[in-house]
Amino acid sequence: MLCQECGERPATLHFTKIVNGEKTEFHICESCAREKGETIPGTSGGFSIHSLLSGLLDITPGSKGPSTVKSTETLQCKECGMTYAQFSKVGRFGCSSCYKYFNDRLDPLFKRVHGNTTHMGKIPVRAGTHIQAKRRIDDLRQELQQRIIDEEFEAAAELRDQIRELEKGIPSE
Amino acid sequence: MSNVRFTEQPLSEWMRNRGYESDIVISSRVRIARNLQHLAFPMLATNSQSEEVLAKLQDVLQDERLHQFGQMHTLLLDELDELDKEVLVEKHLISPNLANESRSGAVLISEDESLSIMINEEDHLRIQCLYPGFHVQDAWEKATAVDDIFESHVDFAFDDKRGYLTSCPTNVGTGLRASVMMHLPALVLSQQINRILSAVTQVGLTVRGIYGEGSEAMGNLFQISNQITLGQSEVEIIDNLHGVVLQIIEHEKSARQKLISESRLRMTDRVMRSFGILSNASIMDAKEAAQRLSDVRLGVDLGLIDHLSAPALNELNVLTQPGFLQKTFNEHMERGERDMYRAKLIREKLGK
Repeated sequence: MLCQECGERPATLHFTKIVNGEKTEFHICESCAREKGETIPGTSGGFSIHSLLSGLLDITPGSKGPSTVKSTETLQCKECGMTYAQFSKVGRFGCSSCYKYFNDRLDPLFKRVHGNTTHMGKIPVRAGTHIQAKRRIDDLRQELQQRIIDEEFEAAAELRDQIRELEKGIPSE
Repeated sequence: MSNVRFTEQPLSEWMRNRGYESDIVISSRVRIARNLQHLAFPMLATNSQSEEVLAKLQDVLQDERLHQFGQMHTLLLDELDELDKEVLVEKHLISPNLANESRSGAVLISEDESLSIMINEEDHLRIQCLYPGFHVQDAWEKATAVDDIFESHVDFAFDDKRGYLTSCPTNVGTGLRASVMMHLPALVLSQQINRILSAVTQVGLTVRGIYGEGSEAMGNLFQISNQITLGQSEVEIIDNLHGVVLQIIEHEKSARQKLISESRLRMTDRVMRSFGILSNASIMDAKEAAQRLSDVRLGVDLGLIDHLSAPALNELNVLTQPGFLQKTFNEHMERGERDMYRAKLIREKLGK
């Protein structure tokens, strides 16, 4: 097999990436690997993860009719000027607003890379007291369901009161 | 200048201690990626924006809460020569990206070098914590504490749905990469390593060599880290890595037991043969050095060699890297010359 980068030397490094059962293979020669520095997909800042990503990014959701192609060309971040086509090539966002302007395209991408589309982790304290409360309520609701299934009604009632208390603190949308 | 020691001493203070399970887990590392609101990511930032990022983040150093991590030293990348940068990369204190591509790049390093904060790397801010041995949870707790301090001064780019926004889509969400460096000679010798590593990739983790170069791990050292940063909480990510690493430790331990009980003579021969070659050779390339040092380390762990210590071997691993060799002997070297100096240095260190 020839190297995916130079197409000249035989590929000696082979990577397989599996996220949520989705398998991606990657073949490169040692010389290109060295030239590009970091070579294993999944490491930050590495070259090949970006080229690997750009493969994923090219996939346009929905039909492949002319109208879709056109929108790919014109889709652009109004903040930093990066187009979706450029993003596909370099595999990196230009600024935080790119996430907003490219939002419609990101779910399939994140699904492939992470198997998920929604953040479940830490929230900055200043930005997120409400988000934290909402997240906590979601957790409690899940626990509540489980208690009901397990027929632990006393514990369930306590959880229900806790949820009500938390909901008071959040302005309704 | 007091900052000189960061590029002169091969072993960070933190590496002198022995951590939990340190005969198998060499070190644990956590890094968090963050970006400031309303400023383009470093790749597209204008020079003045990059300077603004540097100034804003450097200001946070005034916060007294950072003193709990020891005195912080600032190194500006523009003021370092190429060799110093290479040495810092070899010590894992900065990334190759920061060394080679950054504009207004800087690194803030704590006194014991266990905390390094990179500015204007691929993201505006990268907080990295290093621990000897298996302490990935402690590393996370320290990193998140540092993150909290920064967050109390600056607004990070954050989205309700996507979490912390990063330059590369592979870091979005938590921005967290947790990794452990494992020495797994017995699993390699008993040919179980591929089976185990392929299992690891199926649970959202990834494996690479010590400096990320090539898939082949030098000296039986493997770096195992989380692949997924979005859709799992930090605690889940850390726990997942922790659980998997614990299992690998158990496999490596039982493989070592088996080696020593079933082929003690053969193991002793292998270990002492490598020790003999390292103590006497005149030319030693990086790959052979790594492999021989791995044998010797295994010999120390199995009690077959008793006059060497793990920290001394950690030191040799760093000292024999190209940048450090040139630093130690104070001259520029071509590839072939390095092998000669490397052999000389190892002979001297083991001969003590």
